[in-house]
Formats: sequence, C-alpha cells, structure tokens
Amino acid sequence: MKQSIIVYFVQFVLALVLAPLLPGIINRVKAKFAGRHGKPILQTYYDLAKLMRKGEVISRTTTWVFACGPAISLATTLCAIALLPLGGATSPLAFTGDFILAAYLLGMGRFAIMLSALDTGAAFEGMGASREATFSALAEPLFFLILLVLTSVTLDMGHSPYTAFSLSSLFGGQIAGAWLTGRAELLLLPCILFILLLVENCRIPVDDPNTHLELTMIHEAMVLDHSGPNLAMIVYGAALKLWFFAALIAGLLTPALPLWQQAGLRVVIVLLLAVIVGIVESVMARLRMDRVPYLLGGASAMAALALILTQAR
Amino acid sequence: MTLFIITLLILTATSAATALLALLPPTAGSGRAANLLGSCGATAGCLAGLCALAFSPWSETVSLSLPWGLPIGACTLGLDPLSRIFLLPVFGLGLVCSISGGMALRHERPQEHNLAAHWFFYLLLLLGLTLVMAARDAVFFMLSWELMSLAPFFLIDFYDGDRQVRDASWVYLVAAHLGAVALMAFFVLLWQSTGTTSLEVLQGGAVMQGVVRDAGPGVLTALFVLAVLGFGAKVGLGPTHVWLPEAYPAAPIHVSALLSGAMINAGPYGIIRSLGLLAPPGTAPEWWGWALLLIGLGTGVVGILKALGQSNLKRLLAYSSVENMGLIFMGLGAGLIGLSCGNAWIATLGMAGCLMHMLNHAGFKGLLFLCAGEVLYATGTVRMELLGGLQKRLPLLGAFFAIGVASIACLPPLSGFASELVLALSFLDGPNLPGLERQVGLLLALAGLALISGLAIALYTKAYGITFLGEPRTGFAANARPLGWKILWPLALLVMVCIAGGLAAPAFFDLASMTGLAALPMPNDMQAGAAMGQEHARTSLAMVSLVGSIALGLSLAGIILRKRMLKRRKVASMPTWSCGYQGGSPRIQYTDAGFSEPLGKVFAPGMGLKVRLDLDSRLFPERATASVTAPDRLRNGFYTPLFEGIERVCNACKIIQHGKIHLYILYILATVVGLLIWGLSA
Repeated sequence: MKQSIIVYFVQFVLALVLAPLLPGIINRVKAKFAGRHGKPILQTYYDLAKLMRKGEVISRTTTWVFACGPAISLATTLCAIALLPLGGATSPLAFTGDFILAAYLLGMGRFAIMLSALDTGAAFEGMGASREATFSALAEPLFFLILLVLTSVTLDMGHSPYTAFSLSSLFGGQIAGAWLTGRAELLLLPCILFILLLVENCRIPVDDPNTHLELTMIHEAMVLDHSGPNLAMIVYGAALKLWFFAALIAGLLTPALPLWQQAGLRVVIVLLLAVIVGIVESVMARLRMDRVPYLLGGASAMAALALILTQAR
Repeated sequence: MTLFIITLLILTATSAATALLALLPPTAGSGRAANLLGSCGATAGCLAGLCALAFSPWSETVSLSLPWGLPIGACTLGLDPLSRIFLLPVFGLGLVCSISGGMALRHERPQEHNLAAHWFFYLLLLLGLTLVMAARDAVFFMLSWELMSLAPFFLIDFYDGDRQVRDASWVYLVAAHLGAVALMAFFVLLWQSTGTTSLEVLQGGAVMQGVVRDAGPGVLTALFVLAVLGFGAKVGLGPTHVWLPEAYPAAPIHVSALLSGAMINAGPYGIIRSLGLLAPPGTAPEWWGWALLLIGLGTGVVGILKALGQSNLKRLLAYSSVENMGLIFMGLGAGLIGLSCGNAWIATLGMAGCLMHMLNHAGFKGLLFLCAGEVLYATGTVRMELLGGLQKRLPLLGAFFAIGVASIACLPPLSGFASELVLALSFLDGPNLPGLERQVGLLLALAGLALISGLAIALYTKAYGITFLGEPRTGFAANARPLGWKILWPLALLVMVCIAGGLAAPAFFDLASMTGLAALPMPNDMQAGAAMGQEHARTSLAMVSLVGSIALGLSLAGIILRKRMLKRRKVASMPTWSCGYQGGSPRIQYTDAGFSEPLGKVFAPGMGLKVRLDLDSRLFPERATASVTAPDRLRNGFYTPLFEGIERVCNACKIIQHGKIHLYILYILATVVGLLIWGLSA
C-alpha cells in the first residue's frame, strides 16, 4: 500500500516535470525528418522559464475572464492528471465515475480558454474559439465511447460497477492482459485514443501548432493575445494535456507488471508516443477543416464497432 | 399540512385582492399598489410554502379532503415526497421571480398595462402549480391543470402591443389545450376502466393490475401513450416542442423564468405520478422505459442543436429548456428500464439523476432567464449580435451569468455536473443488463449524453462569450444602464443554489434518490442493491466536490501567484494585438452566427440554419448583407400546413353555415325526419 503511494507520487511529479519534454521531442523528430538540426529538446523549459520572468501585455478590451482563464485551465488539467492511475498505482482520488469527472475537468479548462479568447474581441481569437468548440464537442462522445468499451470489458472481467467505473481500474494494467488473451477488438482502442490525442491536443492532421497568422489554426489562434506568466500557464497546461492523453494510451498498453517496472514502462511509452506524434506530423499534411468531422466520425464508428464486438462476446 | 393550507390561503386571498384592484380604473397609484400587493403576496405565499416543506418530515405522506360540490371527484389534497420535491422549485423559484418581477414591473406605466390583472394571473399560476402537485383526485387535478395552463396565456400576452407576442400567446394556448385533450382522455379512460377518480386509491398500481387482468394490456398501453402525449406537450418533448421557443421569449422575464424553471416540471411530475398509478412496483413494461429514453435523447439532441442556431438569448434559453427536459426524460427512462430488468443500480441512479437534474435545472435556468431579463432592461435588446462587452459595464450581472452558464454546461464542480454524473453512472451499468441490444442501447445513450453535453459547452461559450465579452458591437451594449446590488440581489439566491447543487451534491442526491424510491418503489429483492448504489453514488459526489474544490483552490492559487509575479513587473495595457489587426472596429469580432457556423455545417440537417447572402460582386462592392436564422422547420413544415389544412376543411364546412334561419329550421326538420325513418326501419 505504502509502496504504491510512493510510486504514485513519484510518477505524478515525473509527469509534472517531464510533460514539457513532449513538445520538445516532437519538434526534434520533425526537425530530423526535415533534415534540420532543430531546437534543443529542452526548448519548452527554456520558453517557460523565460515567460515566467516576463511582464505582460494585456488588451484594454479584456476583463477578469481573460486574466483567470489560463490559471483555471492549468488547475483543471492538473486535477485531471491526478485522477489517472500513474504507473499502475491507484490514484488516491479515485472513485466510482472519476473518468467522467476527468473528461469534464478538461472541458472546464477548455471552456475557460475559449472564454478568455472571446474576451479579446478579436476576429482570430473568436475563430479559434469557435473551431475549438466544434471539434471538442465532436470529440467528447468519442472519448466516452472508448471508456465505455473499457468499462464493459472490466465489467465482463468480473468487476462490480462499484470498482469498474474508475480510471484506476480501467487503466490499471488488466486491459493489456485482456488483449493478449484474445480480445482483439481492444487493439482498436489505442489507435482511436491516438486519433483523439491528435484532435484534443491540436496536432497535425487537425491543427498545426507551429503556424501563426494563418486562417487554419485553432489552439494557437485562441492564445494570440496572451503573454508572460499567463502564456506560460497555457503552454505548460497544453503539455500536461498531451501527457494526460499519452498516459491513457500507455495505460492501455502496459500489462500488469510489478509496480516499479510498470511505472518505468509507462514513462517510456509516453515518450515513445511523442516520437510517433512527431513522425505523424512529419509525414502527413493537415486536413482541410471540413474533413476533420469525418476523421472524428470514422474514429467514433470504430469505437462503436469495438463496443459492439465487446458486448457480443 | 397546516402551513401548506396557509400557503394556499395566502395565494388565494392576494389573488382575490388583486382581482378587485384590476377592476378599478388604472391610475399610477393603483398600479403601484397592485404591484406591491401582488409581489408581496406571492413572496409571502412562496415563503410560507417553503416553510411548509422545511418543517415537515420529507418522507411523510399526508392528505386532506375538503367538501366538494361536484357529483364526481373529490377535493383531496396530499403531500408525499414526490409532491414535495416538485413543489421545491415552485416555491423556491417562485420566491425569486416574485421579488424580481415586482422590481422589474415598477417601471411599467399603469396606463399601458393593467398590473393588477398581471399579478392576479401570476398568483393564479402559482396557485395552479401548487394544486397540481398536491391534487390527489383526477377531476381536481384536471381543474388545477387547466388553471395552471390558462393563467400563462394572460401572462405571456403582457406586451400585447406587439404582434409577435400575441401570436406567441396564441400558439401557447393551442398547444396547452391540445395537451389537455390527451390528458382529459387519459383520466376519463382511467376512470372508466378502474371506476375511481381518486389517485390515492390508484397509487401503487394494484387497481390497474386487476383491470389489465380483465381487459388485457391494451388499456395500459393506451393510458401510457395518452400520458406521454399530454404531459409531454407541457414539457416540449419533441416533436411537440414548437410552442416553447415562441412563448418563453415573449413573456415578461420573471414569467419566463417561472415557466421554464417550474411550470415545465409539471410534465415530468405528471409522468412519474401516472407511472406510479399504472403499474405495481417493477412490473411496468420495459418498452415504456426505452420509449421515454429514446424520446428524451431525441429531444435533447434536437433542443441543443436548435439552441445553437439562435441569436436571440431568450430563444436560445427556451430551446435549451427543451434539451434539459430531454435529459430528465432520459434519466426517467433509464430508471424504468432498470426497474423492469431488475437492475437496482440503473433504477436508483436513473430516477435520482432525473429528479436531481430537475432541481438543478430550475436553479440555473431561472438564473439565466432572469439575467437575460436584466440584460434586456439594461440594454434594450437580447439579440446577441447587437451586444458584446457587457462584462465591463455590468460586472456583477456578468459574474452571475457566468456561474449560471458554467453550471448549465455541466462543468464541475457546479450543479449541472452533479446531476449529469449521476445520469451517466446509471447508463454506465448497461453491460450488466441481459441481452446485447439492451447493453449497447444504454451505452450508446450515454454517448448521446456526452454529445449533448459537448454541444452544451459550445452553446454556452457562445451565449456568454458573445453577449458579455469583447467589445460592444452597437450602442445598445455601449450605453448599457448600470445595475447594482439593489436590483440584482434576488439573483444571488439562485447563484447560491447553483453552487450548492455542486458542492453539496450528496445532500441533493439523498433527497432525489429517496424521493425516487418512494415514487416508484422497488420490489423487495432489489432494495439491498439500491442501498449499495446510493452509498456509492453519494461517495462519488462527495469526491467530486472534493476534487472540484481542489481545482478551485488551485485556480485561485494560480491567479494570486500571477498577480504577485506581475506586481513588480511592467504590465502594458494595449489594444488587442491579434496579429497586427490593431484598432480594428468591433465589427470584425466573431458573432453568434459565425461562432456556431462550423457546427451548423456538421449538423446541417438537425440545426437547419438558413443563410441569406446579399453580396455585391462588382469591382468596387458597396453594401453587403448576410443573415443567418434557424427557423423551426417542424413548425413551418409540419404544424403550419397541418393547421392550415384543418382551417381549410373548416372553411369548406361554412357552406352549410350561412345565417339564414329558415334554412336552419329545414336542417332540423330534415334531421328529425331522417331519424324517424331510421327509427322506423330499425
């Protein structure tokens, strides 16, 4: 028991510390693919340190909503990560139905950022907020479908509703064991979750995080007017969100090993996922805006298929 | 019960007094007196009602019969947990609406509006609502129902100088009566097949069981369908929702708030009550549950999509009421499914989620409607594309609206999330039902719930962001009248309800699940499971408020940290940068139509956006206009042709009605002769 709490805290701190590494890795992979040397892997840390030391430029149009948005978004993302079972150790906050809370906490963070974007009164920011609202509304049922497949598998594996409806039992390591023993439909899930990761974190093929002043951007357009510590919170929050979704995939892929090994394996998988995201971003073009719903719809159809296959057993 | 009778007496007495005042010729003095009397009377009545609910044990069932002059029926009043939980929003929201209505109507000129008559009907509405929830006899129930349905017609018609308002109140009247026809048929059939009008005798379904044994299940099915039609029309269940977005925006705002927060609940109340009459515990046919679940899901999706297309804040809120009723019916459906499949977890949490969401909806929808009313008072319009930047001019109202919006968008830790969590938990146990189609059905319903709540976040980002944030788009917003505590304090009560509904959610859950179990009791073998389910849901809700408080604390810490960091640094205040489009006019801001356009494309069939572009394609274009509207296609494409067809048939019948008396006498003669011949030959 004690050991699992220690493992949990070590992992939690690791997540907080290592999260800004993910964008660095992605950028480095992209640079290698393009034949450049690229920015240092630690670039996000440097950016964060620099932003934290700066003052801010605040638009005269804005109100307290603009000032509070980033803090709320960062806080809710932190709480969502705290609900994850990190390294197979049950979260101390785990309870029946906590994944619903996690999904809505991320929604709350998104809501705060969208409002602070609308608060600037600029056309670009409004556009970003509108697109974010659209794609996240479509991504929400997809996330739930994935979790539904997992809950029905865990219920099938003999859990009672009281224990099954929790991130800690869904991503605690038994699922990987299940797909090794013949539940092939579960192999769909990491792929769908990966699509969800790309959508939720505004990566190519949905959004290009490296563009500026282009009509196609979503997340970057919303935060154009943030600066200084507020921008730092947004950048850090985005990295944490990336970690959250990568950790979900890692939770699906790691089998129930001894605690420390599982913990280590998860971190490795998360970092590997960053590499894969980098590869995807290098070899793919961004989709046209009106194609993204098809991507999400296709992923939802796959998830529904997995659900039916799971139930039909 | 004594306090409850006192409540009824206060409401009756003040309505009689305002009726007398209404007969006087309107002067400034009598108008002010009527306003004071009406609002104080309604407030006192609601306070007494709240005391009546607070000072009696919740699970107690009492009833009282009074002398009654009619040949059938009886004047029986009763209070049980189900009545109590539905009276809570009536009195609670009624209190707030009465106070803020009194304050809002102070500025109306008595020459234009007869305030005494307005308050008379307002008090009648409150009285009717109270009696509907307390009536224990079918005839008495129908009388109260009519009282409750008729009074809003005169309330909606307050600004009767406006043609649209007159239309809206007319549509309301028609819809209310078509619903009442179904209800009348329901109660007559119930009376005919059971031989009693007393709801207390029928409660528990034992009487109906005998009828079904004799007459077959056809009666039961007919009763269920009639109940869904009749009560569903009051709720705005799709496809009968078309009157709702017409009526609510037309009414004065304290009336819309009361209608959408309290009167709409008469629908779920009626359905739950009649389910308790129709079948003994746990024997209701399963398809009832599925029907309610599917209707609820459809209503929810249609409601939220139509709401996304609106640019009038009040219409948007009205459509969102449709959506919330959809969620309530989904919970009820799940509860029934759980009951008939013997799954205690789904049954308990479905019913509890339904009732909890009903309570929470009364809180946040009342708050949002009243806020919209203050926006109208301060600026003169509720069209979002004309507003913007109100947060700076009306900071307190903006904060209230933000809290209401966050709770209706189901964001933790506020009230909407708590009830949605309970609903979702109920659906989640789908895999434990027997049969693939049931399992997948319930789980896909949960995915539908997720879609609705995702769209709700988009909707309310738009409602708050476009109305309150950014730069004022027109003079309406720029010259907004300031509003202070003096006007806004009643709204603070509802804000507290929104916050308490989230942070004190376990208490709300206890109330709701207890009531649910009392209203649709479970067979004995399920009760242990129900207790376990309650225990776990309560723990979950407690954890939600814990995590929510942590999130709030962390947010506050982040805000304070940033403030301290910026204290000794340079903070420049500049125009919005936005990639160098500095100093642009507020006209380049995103509007509500622009905000929902991408979703409008994805959900084109559901949302039905109509875009009219008037572009100038010459080299030096002059003025161009674009307008985006979301007309209700069901109304334009189905109801209007239907009623026009009926009108045409009626007009065709006018040939025989021409006012010539001698011909009418000929009709009578012909009929008599015809009957004679028929009688002879038979």
